[in-house]
Amino acid sequence: MAANSMTAKQAVVGGLWTEVPVLRLVLGMCPTLAVTASVKPALTMGLSVLFVLFCSNIVVSLMRNLLKPHLRILMFTLTIATFVTIADLFLKAFMPEMSEVLGPYVGLIIVNCIIIARAEACASKNGIFISAVDAISMGVGFTIVLCLLASVRELISAGTIFGVQIMWKSFVPWVAMSLPVGAFITLGLMLGLVNLLTGKKS
Amino acid sequence: MDKISVLVLAFTSIVIVNNLVLTKFLGICPYLGVSGRIDMAFGMGMAVTFVITLAGCLTWLIDHLILVPYGLEITRYVCYILVIAGAVQLVEMYLRKFFPPLYESFGIFLPLITTNCAILGLCLFLNVWNVDNFPLAAVLSFGAGIGFTLAICIMAGIREQLNFSDVPAALRGAPITLITAGIMTMAFMGFAGMIK
Repeated sequence: MAANSMTAKQAVVGGLWTEVPVLRLVLGMCPTLAVTASVKPALTMGLSVLFVLFCSNIVVSLMRNLLKPHLRILMFTLTIATFVTIADLFLKAFMPEMSEVLGPYVGLIIVNCIIIARAEACASKNGIFISAVDAISMGVGFTIVLCLLASVRELISAGTIFGVQIMWKSFVPWVAMSLPVGAFITLGLMLGLVNLLTGKKS
Repeated sequence: MDKISVLVLAFTSIVIVNNLVLTKFLGICPYLGVSGRIDMAFGMGMAVTFVITLAGCLTWLIDHLILVPYGLEITRYVCYILVIAGAVQLVEMYLRKFFPPLYESFGIFLPLITTNCAILGLCLFLNVWNVDNFPLAAVLSFGAGIGFTLAICIMAGIREQLNFSDVPAALRGAPITLITAGIMTMAFMGFAGMIK
């Protein structure tokens, strides 16, 4: 992705398969692990990241010709911090209980490596259209991975998905899956599975 | 005496029981990225400890002396990230001047401390926990850095051993590191009963 320009098709394929955030790039691990104990917060987090990624990619793309190299990371983080504030206030106003569940992890979107990586690798080198497409595909890819991980964990730790009972009645929930242990191990196995499927040797 | 015991408890709690890396999932990226060798892990831990102590104290002061009295909480994220970026710049300049070899060996990871979630995370958690006196905030910030160093050094030790073991091909690299982290977390969960 070091190329100076890329096509819209490359951006879509990159975000949704060849460079799926979390699984292929191993970026943005903190929110991935922290909010995936059940599907609802995972989905909210995914959509917030999508929003912030989209807006910041567009702004960075607009000001890419004005950036001084040594100040660019600061400019990126300030742009991102602004949009995260918007997302945080939106959640506080319209989904107070969800904002309570996510807690400081909404603010931590600022330091989510995916967003900074996309600003650096894509938006600061490409036009608005490509940056927007890239942001949407990366954001959707991230949301899908988050929801997948959360479904696995919620299914095993509570027998439900989205609060709906899925497992049979006599199923004994394994609570450890909703604790940090479950997060690390599920994600580790998931990464292993993806490596197995794609035959990647690392 | 009472105050001192509160501080000691807070320190133990944030280093062991509420370790930021293992129970709050903060700072996972350097935890996975830099934990290959124990000397680099320790250097990274020290740099993070310095930045996190400085950033934690400064943001607490800014929060309680400027933002809250003047009703400017809305700019909290922007202020925090500026303070952290400034602190990292300071460390970078200091290391480049006095410890050039260490500076070289960190490479890209040094500026990336700015985006280390443990640091911003701690500043935000100080808010969530309603820390209301300065010594407590300072002890918690310092303890968080020590906790990070502890976790990343243990991990580096395990990974140096892992290099010699026969890990299935698909699990090599990040996956096995995550699974190891999971098992380590389980071990640290045992401490949870120590302090409420």
